[in-house]
Amino acid sequence: MSRVVVNVPAEAKRGEIIEIRTLAGHSMETGFRRTQLGELIPRDIITRFTCSYNGIEVFRAELHPAMAANPLIAFSTVATESGTLEFRWTGDNGFSATHSASITVD
Amino acid sequence: MTTRRQFLVLACGAAAGAAQAQLPPNIEALRKAALQQAVRKVTGDAPVRRGKVQLNVPPLIDNGNSVALSVDVESPMTSAEHVRAIHVFTEKNPQPYIITAHLGPRAGRARISTRARIGDTGAVTAIAQLSDGSFWSDSVKVIVTLSACLEEGLI
Repeated sequence: MSRVVVNVPAEAKRGEIIEIRTLAGHSMETGFRRTQLGELIPRDIITRFTCSYNGIEVFRAELHPAMAANPLIAFSTVATESGTLEFRWTGDNGFSATHSASITVD
Repeated sequence: MTTRRQFLVLACGAAAGAAQAQLPPNIEALRKAALQQAVRKVTGDAPVRRGKVQLNVPPLIDNGNSVALSVDVESPMTSAEHVRAIHVFTEKNPQPYIITAHLGPRAGRARISTRARIGDTGAVTAIAQLSDGSFWSDSVKVIVTLSACLEEGLI
């Protein structure tokens, strides 16, 4: 399980646009680098990121080797109701990480 | 008997031949074609117009391994009119793709930011797909002093 950091406001007004910043600890090996012996280092990246708000997907991204290591993704969503935001990262070699954050909307 | 002159001519010829055989194919043209193909895969031959999209990326990049970039698209983000997807490409990486983000009316604001690896001085392009099926783009030329992707032999 990889270390992830997610920044979601704990409280928001109904209808407010909230900014969500996510960071996942991952080396994002591109598959184009070689060792000193000339062997190609196999690709090992996060390929997919999703965010769902109370079970409904609100944001999805497909990542490629051109993402920097420890990929940062920041996006926004409308605070509609109190509940939880589920974040999921999946990638090569069965990589999977999840995180959830709760938000109170009034 | 081989004179010195003949030997030199022969040796230089052989070296030049070897060099020619090892010359890589025209990488620039290959990468341009790969970029165009990637864009066509997204747009499916629909016209891509300039405007509505603002790609924020520093024009001078010291370290291509981590380049902060953000994309803003002008859109009211209602269920009738919103941004469906934002695609970001680079011209000079081994593969043109950076990220594809799928948004919807629940995003509220059409803006994403992330960090990318950029291989060489060239253009970075963002393409937004709107809910009416139109495509809008913005392109920024960036100068990279320390390239990503060229760190072979460091590990």
